[in-house]
Amino acid sequence: MEIVFLTFVFVLAIFLGFELINKVPSTLHTPLMSGSNAISGITLVGALASAGSAQQEIATILGTLAVAFATINVVGGYMVTDRMLAMFKKKEGGSGK
Amino acid sequence: MNTEILINLVYVVAAVLFILGLKLLGSPATARKGNLVSSAGMFIAVVVTLLDQNIIEFQYIIVGIVIGTLIGTVVARKVEMTSMPEMVALFNGFGGLASLFVGWAALSIALVTATVISPVSAFTLITIFLSILIGGLTFTGSLLAYGKLSERISGRPFVYSGQRIVNSAILIAVVVCAGLFIQDPSDANWLYLAVALSLVLGVMFVLPIGGADMPVVISLLNSFSGIAAAAAGFAIGNILLIVAGSLVGASGIILTNIMCKAMNRSLSNVLFSGFGAVKVSSATEIEQGEVKPMSAEDAYYVLEAATSVVVIPGYGMAVAQAQHVVKELQELLEENGAEVVYAIHPVAGRMPGHMNVLLAEADVPYDLLLEMDQINPRMETFDVAIIIGANDVVNPAAREIESSPIYGMPVINADQARTVFVLKRSMASGFAGIDNPLFFKDNTRMLFGDAKETLSNLVKSFD
Repeated sequence: MEIVFLTFVFVLAIFLGFELINKVPSTLHTPLMSGSNAISGITLVGALASAGSAQQEIATILGTLAVAFATINVVGGYMVTDRMLAMFKKKEGGSGK
Repeated sequence: MNTEILINLVYVVAAVLFILGLKLLGSPATARKGNLVSSAGMFIAVVVTLLDQNIIEFQYIIVGIVIGTLIGTVVARKVEMTSMPEMVALFNGFGGLASLFVGWAALSIALVTATVISPVSAFTLITIFLSILIGGLTFTGSLLAYGKLSERISGRPFVYSGQRIVNSAILIAVVVCAGLFIQDPSDANWLYLAVALSLVLGVMFVLPIGGADMPVVISLLNSFSGIAAAAAGFAIGNILLIVAGSLVGASGIILTNIMCKAMNRSLSNVLFSGFGAVKVSSATEIEQGEVKPMSAEDAYYVLEAATSVVVIPGYGMAVAQAQHVVKELQELLEENGAEVVYAIHPVAGRMPGHMNVLLAEADVPYDLLLEMDQINPRMETFDVAIIIGANDVVNPAAREIESSPIYGMPVINADQARTVFVLKRSMASGFAGIDNPLFFKDNTRMLFGDAKETLSNLVKSFD
């Protein structure tokens, strides 16, 4: 039953993703990509459990590596996205257009 | 309160923050806030996970987080805006690698804790293999994309006969290895072979794809990294990984689709055709005529008289780092009373929205950046179109010459402006290796040389 439940969540989330992203203007495609890329670093949450489980040496090593790489993905991804978005400005004043 | 319930409740909040964050990312005015909201979701998800009772040791977690944060911070601060495509590719690859490791670690834990009475379910094993396979090919595929984008390796597509057969064979081999391992988990060699083959598959997959098709590849790999995270979520039974991973997977697929549509090509054509590998000789049928070079000084006189100017940037603007001097020229033209807008083709540059980021860096307001559909109907009203390092995206052959490989691709109709300036280093054809009849049209003038230098000369003429 758990399998069905997880699959259910998976399918709904995919549809939600399609709905959320579909109307994004092309100006924002790069930040959207790097921002969603940072979200894919969510693997970090899964990696924490293996790195700290103290069950098996191999799992600890793999988990620690996963934590490090996922953290680069998360921290780097969010910061770079923020840097880009900070540059997007609307035209000030009414001249031109 | 039971910690497991607490953790999962906070996961619900984190998922909501991701969803809201993505929604806010959809509009330029709220995008920055959206990114913050989504990072807050990530933060609380990580913190609450540490309460998990299965986590006993913290030292390795801390080591991993500290190292990752340091590297991530330094890289994110130092990277040049022009190098953004390869940076995104690299981060993406790391995400994929993390999914591979999580899957692998989950596998070794699952096998140890499994008993004769409750063996590891086939479903768990399959999802673990999916996270290893997709994570692995995302990793090496992204690394190769990084290499191609940063020009550490050639951006030319690498094709050989039977490429598709080899790739399919590798994919089947991975599945077979996975099957053999699931049947007899005591023999770890099948596992190692599967990991190695997924890494090879990533390389083979990106190898035939050329530099100009990278926007498609990056968004596809981005989607893969999300799906890998979702697979890892299935493997360890973590709903948040599934939700966040599939959101990313879906968004990547949408972007991929947008890029393909913008080139009027199918995804499989982009992935497998090795577009641009063979130089296409469609030029024979075209009345070529002569190119008319022009000096920056003469160009200045035309620009001074112009009342409306459209700038069409391409990858050449990124290479020449010309975005700041473009903005200078824009200001001078505006002071001179001209209207200046930018026309951005969806696949200009090396990643989706590449030009928008560079122009934003140069402080160009985003409401001056017009999409292809907005600009084409009024192209005839512009006095001057300045093309900076763009080629295939303004090629009228896409409209006029049925035998052209890019026939049918929507392009910016720069040739319909009254005068067209083409800033170009030489007469070499664009990435796709297709001649561009635009350069030979009566109203086209070529300004040869480095785009940044040419523009600086133009700017100086105004002083």
